[in-house]
This record gives sequence, C-alpha cells and structure tokens, in this order.
Amino acid sequence: MTAQLLTEITVFILAVFVGFEVISKVPSMLHTPLMSATNAIHGIVVVGAMLVAGAAIGGSVGQAIGLAAMVLATINVVGGFAVTGRMLQMFKAKAGPKA
Amino acid sequence: MTLTDTLLAFAYLITGVLFIIGLKFLSSPAHARTGNTLAAIGMLIGVVATGFDAHIITWPLIVIGAVIGAPIGYVSAMRVKMTAMPQMVALFNGAGGGAAALVSSGEFLRILNGDQSSGASTLIPIILSTIIGSISFAGSLVAFAKLQELMTGRPITYAGQQFVNGLIALTVIGLGVALVLGYVTPAVFGGLAAAALVLGVLAVLPIGGADMPVVISLLNSFTGVAVAITGFVLNNTVLIISGTLVGASGTLLTMLMAKAMNRSLGNVLFGAFGAATASGGAAAAGGKQTSVRTASIEDVATMCAYARSVIIAPGYGMAVAQAQHAVRELAANLEKRGVDVEFAIHPVAGRMPGHMNVLLAEANVPYSQLHEMDEINPQFEHCDVALVIGANDVTNPAARNVPTSPIYGMPILDVDKAKSIIVFKRSMATGFAGIDNPLFENPKTAMLFGDAKDTVSKLAAAVNTV
Repeated sequence: MTAQLLTEITVFILAVFVGFEVISKVPSMLHTPLMSATNAIHGIVVVGAMLVAGAAIGGSVGQAIGLAAMVLATINVVGGFAVTGRMLQMFKAKAGPKA
Repeated sequence: MTLTDTLLAFAYLITGVLFIIGLKFLSSPAHARTGNTLAAIGMLIGVVATGFDAHIITWPLIVIGAVIGAPIGYVSAMRVKMTAMPQMVALFNGAGGGAAALVSSGEFLRILNGDQSSGASTLIPIILSTIIGSISFAGSLVAFAKLQELMTGRPITYAGQQFVNGLIALTVIGLGVALVLGYVTPAVFGGLAAAALVLGVLAVLPIGGADMPVVISLLNSFTGVAVAITGFVLNNTVLIISGTLVGASGTLLTMLMAKAMNRSLGNVLFGAFGAATASGGAAAAGGKQTSVRTASIEDVATMCAYARSVIIAPGYGMAVAQAQHAVRELAANLEKRGVDVEFAIHPVAGRMPGHMNVLLAEANVPYSQLHEMDEINPQFEHCDVALVIGANDVTNPAARNVPTSPIYGMPILDVDKAKSIIVFKRSMATGFAGIDNPLFENPKTAMLFGDAKDTVSKLAAAVNTV
C-alpha cells in the first residue's frame, strides 16, 4: 500500500466522523435543504470533470465523456446551490409580509 | 511537488473546510443561508484552483460543458415549484452520480491509452465509482419519473423480480472482478456500466411513492460515495472529503427515515410495500363508506373558530393539492381570533425528508410553529381540534394497536387523542399503503371530502364569518 493511499484512507475515515457529527446536528425541519445542500456539495465532482474534459484523452469517445461529465456536474453544482438558497430564504422566524 | 501543486492542495483544503462549516451552519434555520453561501464560495475556490492544474491542456470542452450545464441547472432551480422539490433533488442527485461515473470512465480510457497505471489501486476505485455512480444516476431518473408521475408511483413488481435483480447484480460483480483480473477491455467496462445502469432502474421500480423519502436519501448517499471513490481515482482529497460528507449525510437520513417507518432498509428496498395490499384495501374501503361521518365546512369553521387550540397535521395530499398557502391563510385567520395554531410534522410526511417544512415555509408559516412528532404528540390530548390535511398512514392508529397491520409499530402522530378530528381527504380511497384507517371511523372524527386547496380556502373564509 502506497503512502498516498494510506493518507487518502485516513482522510476518508476522518471525514466519515466529521460528516456524522455535523449532520446529526441538523434539525429535521431543515432536512430538505440539507439534502439539497449536500447534493450541491457532491457537485465538487466538477473538478474531476474538468480534469477529464481538459486532458484531451481517448479521441472522440474521450471528448464525449468529458463533455457529458462537465454538463452533468455543472447542472449539479449550479442547480444545487441555487435551489438550496431559494428554499432557505423562505424559512422565517416570524411571519413576514405575505409572499 | 511544484508550487502550483502545493497551492492547489491548499485551495482544496479551504474548499473542504468551507463545506464542513457550511453544513455546520445548517443546524439552525437562522444561519442556514450563510452556510449555503459559504459552501458555494468553497465550490468556487475549488473550481478556480482546478483551472490552474497542469493536467488541463485544453479548455473548449470545459467551457462548452459549463455553458450548457449552468443555465439548465439555474433555470430549473428557479422555476421548480416547492411541491416538486423531491423530484428536483432526485434529478440533481442523478446528475452528480452520472458525472462521477463518467469521470471514472474517462480515467478508464486513460488506462486503455496507457496514460494511467492499470494497478488495482486505480482500477478498483474506477470500477466502484462507475458502478455506484451509474446506479445512482439511473435510480434517480426512475425516482424522478415516479415523483413527477411520468409513471405510476405504485410499486412495479413481477414474478421472479428479485431473482432477475440478483442476476444483474451478480453480472455487475462478475464484470468488475474480470476487470481486476486483467480483462481490461472496452467491452468488459462498457458491459459493467450498462449492467449497473440497468440495476439502478430495476432496483427502484418496485419501490412505492410513500417510501421515496428513504430512497432519495439512499441515492443521495450513493452519489456521495461515488464522488468520494472518484477522489481515490484522481488522488484528490477534496473529492474524498466532500463525497464522504454527503455519503454520511445520506446514510444518516436513510436510517432516520427507515426508523420513522419502523422498517428495515431491506424491507423498504425489497418489500414492494403497498403492492400486495393495494387492490384488497381499495375494495374493502368501498364497502365501509357508511360508517364515516362527514361534516360541512360551516360546522368545521365554527368548531375551529371557538376552539382554544388547533393542531394541523399535513401530509403528501397537501403537496399534491398545492394547499399550503390556503392552510397558512386558515392558520392566520384562526390566530386572529385568538386560537392557538400549531403544526405537527411527521418525519416521513411527504416524499422526502423535511418536505412539509419547506412547503409551509414557502407559504410563510414561521418555523417556530412547526413541531416534530415527539415534541407535539403530548399536546394532542389538550388540543380541541386536530386538522388532518392530506395525511393518512402517518396518522393511522392501526400502527399502534393492530399487530397484523403492515404499518404496525410505525410511530404516528397521535391525532386521535384530540377532542375532535377533522380529516381533509379527496375521497374515501385508502392511503398509499392501501391500508384501512380506523381513524376515519372514530366517533370523534368527521370527514371533509374534496380537493384540499379548495376546501381549506373555503374554510379559511368561513372562519372569518363565524
């Protein structure tokens, strides 16, 4: 096992603990925004999509894969954050003016 | 390590930290928006930093992809109705899963070209993230189709279904093992991805609408895990951290939802809940209509207007009828008369975790009025009128005292302990699970039949004229 893989496994395991710790504090009232926020966060795969789309691999198949990955990941990131923001903006402590 | 690599690693660290802090802010509705903004800033830093990565040698595909994807994501996010949020989340989730599988497929191409090592430590994560990402992508699309009612929301079952699914799962595993054993060919890999896509579709087909909160949470966790494993492929820690956070969140929500239904995850996934009993239950309901009492809107208006406290228990029916604004108006009119109005939210009411809270927030109901089940249940016995709006199974007392009932043991809202209960319902049809609800025949219960939005609006107006 390489040192790099070992470091990555360490990061992974610690992230599991941080994840459970942080998420368990979110009240059930905010579970839908939580789900859509985590949805947006896994859009970080856009970084991977950039690396595939920008590396010019494997001819036209590779290009198609890279482009498709970019499109899906961008939809995921932009849509995820936008919809979460839109939802959270509606949660108010007191009844405001009628929306 | 070059200077660029070092800076890149730091940028990714900041991204990861901002994601964690962002999620931490989600623990209170007052700060949640800041959390979302912080996470978005983290994402931006990660994306900009990646632009400096030396591995990126050509930009056109990246730019074209972003230019196509961004408006699709933004416009659908801005236009979607709050009632359609579960299917929107399913779609974005599927997009992420698909992207993860595609990124791994790209890395597989690199192996074929000889640009990437074909060692097990690269190949295994490529295989795993392709499988999990594909299942998440295909499964999310089916969940979307069910929620959007492009296909029936009822479980789709056929003889030998589990056998077929098992066979396909074995095929996926077999092809994965073949790749690791050295059969590194496009055909084997393509077969693997295709089989995983089919498995995703077939696995979600037998799962019914009311079980969607569990399924959506699970698919969410799948995409998270797929992204984390993609991080192992690319040796990118920010993908590992972020994907794992999402995986943990999805897993936690899946467990919470399954617990709120008192069912194991296996039962939700493989039980085809509601399929077997559906026909029998509907027929039985037809024959029992005589024993329920119906009320007029005026009766209910008087009852509520002179009550001291009213608790509203909303369910998926409120979402279907888009009745949340009417419900808010009713609550406001009652409060003007000095009635104490609270909302009781069952964890699995609706089609995704927290669905009802979002709808009521949209209708401008302050979150201090929204109560979780354990918090509100003791209050029902002091409450004069409980209004059940479009909720059925989550209020079914059979869960408490009929051991033969399919939902026996599921924690429910104790609406039957209120002094009187009004049930708003479209018709006398049984709930999703196809189970009779003894609540309707309770002598304290009266039914108000009709479209929930229409009925609740009329009731809200009637309350003012009492």
